[in-house]
Amino acid sequence: MSDDDTERRLDAHRCENGHLSYPGHTRCPDCGAEQTETVDLSERTGEVVTWTTSTATPPGVREPNHLAIVEFEVEGGAVRALGQLTTADGVDIGAAVEPVYCEELREPGAGIREPDSQAWDGYRFEPV
Amino acid sequence: MDRVAIVGASMTQFGDRDAWLLDLLAEAGDAALDDAGVDGDDVDHLYVSNMASGEFEGQTGVPNALAHDLAAMPAHTARIDQTSSSGGAGIYAAWQSVASGASETTLLVGGEKMTHRTTGEATDVIASLTHPVEYKHGVTLPSFAGLTARKYLDQYDAPRESLGKVAVKNHENGLDNPHAQFRKEVDLETVLESPIVADPLRLYDFCPITDGSAALVFCPESVAAEYTDDYVVVSGVAGATDTHVVHERDDPTTMRGVVESSNQAYEMAGLGPDDVDVAELHDMFTILEFLQSEDLGFFEKGEGWKAVRDGVTDRDGDLPINTSGGLKSKGHPLGASGVAQAYELYQQLLGNAGDRQVDAEVGLACNVGGFGNCVTTTILEQP
Repeated sequence: MSDDDTERRLDAHRCENGHLSYPGHTRCPDCGAEQTETVDLSERTGEVVTWTTSTATPPGVREPNHLAIVEFEVEGGAVRALGQLTTADGVDIGAAVEPVYCEELREPGAGIREPDSQAWDGYRFEPV
Repeated sequence: MDRVAIVGASMTQFGDRDAWLLDLLAEAGDAALDDAGVDGDDVDHLYVSNMASGEFEGQTGVPNALAHDLAAMPAHTARIDQTSSSGGAGIYAAWQSVASGASETTLLVGGEKMTHRTTGEATDVIASLTHPVEYKHGVTLPSFAGLTARKYLDQYDAPRESLGKVAVKNHENGLDNPHAQFRKEVDLETVLESPIVADPLRLYDFCPITDGSAALVFCPESVAAEYTDDYVVVSGVAGATDTHVVHERDDPTTMRGVVESSNQAYEMAGLGPDDVDVAELHDMFTILEFLQSEDLGFFEKGEGWKAVRDGVTDRDGDLPINTSGGLKSKGHPLGASGVAQAYELYQQLLGNAGDRQVDAEVGLACNVGGFGNCVTTTILEQP
C-alpha cells in the first residue's frame, strides 16, 4: 500500500462514550470527552438524507454542484457526512451511495480561503 | 433592575449604494444620534456590527474610524462579528454595556458593503464561515437552504408553493418600506418559475446582496425620559449557538440556536410566544421563515408553512411576520440586518410604521448567523 492510499480515508471520530462525529473535534460535541478512535467510512454504503443541486457556485467550484448529506450506519450508531455527488441522476432521499475518492474537489486558491490552510481532496458520493 | 431603553433608531436606504462602508455607518450613526437627541461625545460605548469589512473592502479598524467621524471620542469601541447575526449580537452587547452600568449611552451601528463584488465572490466570502470539510465541497449558504428545504418539504408533506408564498408575502410588505432594496410585487408564478439556485429553491427564495446600515441608541430606562417620550424597552435578549458543521445536527429542520436563544429571551421578558404581536425573522431564504416560526414556538413543528398559507403571518393576520419586507425584499447587508430588524420593531411599537403599521405592544426579532450556527433573539416592548 502506498502512502497515498493510507491517507485516503473518510474518518468519523468516536469518543470513549461511543458518540460519533464527522469531522472530529477537540472534545466530543455530545459529552465533552476526548475522541479516541476513528472509523473509516470510505468503504461503506450510506443513505442520502437530503440533497440539492447548486447552480450559483463560488469561484473555483464546479457548476452545477450536486451535494448531499449522507448517513452511514456503523457499529454503535449513525454518523453523517456532507459531500459532492458524482451525479444527480438516480438520487433521491433514501438512495444508497458510495464514497468515491476525488483529488481536488474545488480549485484551491480560487476562492477566499488560504490554499495551505486545509485539504482539498476528499470523497464524492456515487449512487449505487 | 433598571431596564435598558432604545431612545433613537435609524436605517439608511438599503440596496446598491455608491457609498463605502464607513460612509454608510456614519450616515446611520449620525441619524440615530439625531433621532435620540444625543451628542457624539455623550456616547460611552460604540459598537459596530459587521461581518467582513476586511474581506469585502480591505477596510479594518472600522469602530475607531466611526468614533472619530461621529465625534464620539473617547468612547470605548468594539467590532461585533457574528456573521449574519452580527446585528443581533451587537444588540446583546449594547444591552449588556448599559445593563451592567459600564455605559450610560451606547450607540450600535450595523453595516455591510457588498454589491461591488460579484455574486460568486460575495457568496464565497459568506461561505468562508463553513468548516474546511464543508468548504472544500463548494458548499454555500444557499446550498444549505436547498438541502434543508428538500428535507422539510419531504418530512412535513408541505407543497413547494408554500415556500413561494413567503416570498410573495414579504415582497408585498416591502412595497410600503421606503428603505427596502426591492419595492416590487412578485406573484407566486414568478417565484415558482424563476431560475433554480439550489434545488428545490429558486432565485426568488433568496435575499439579494445589499449595501446598507442601521443604528440604535441605548440608555437606562431611568434616563430615557430625559431624551424622549417615545422609547421602547429591551425586555428580553439572548444568544445561542448550534453546531458549526451543519450536517451534524440530529434534525436538519430544527435550529437549536433559535430554540435556546428564544427560550432564554422569553424567560427574561416574562413572556411567551403567544404574547408576541409582531416579529421580524431572518428570511435570508424562504425556508428559514418556516424553521424560525416553529422553533420560536409560534407554530407546531412542521406547521409553519400552513400558517403562511392561511395568511396568519400576513400584515393583517394574527401574527404579522416581516412587516418590513424582511431580508427578502428589504435586502441583507449582513452586519446591518439584525439592527434593521430592531429598527422595524421600534417603528411598529412607537406607531411610526406608516402604511406598514400593525397593532403591536410586543415585538420579537430573530437574527440568524451561518445556517443557524449562532442566533440572537431580542424582545422589544412598549414601556
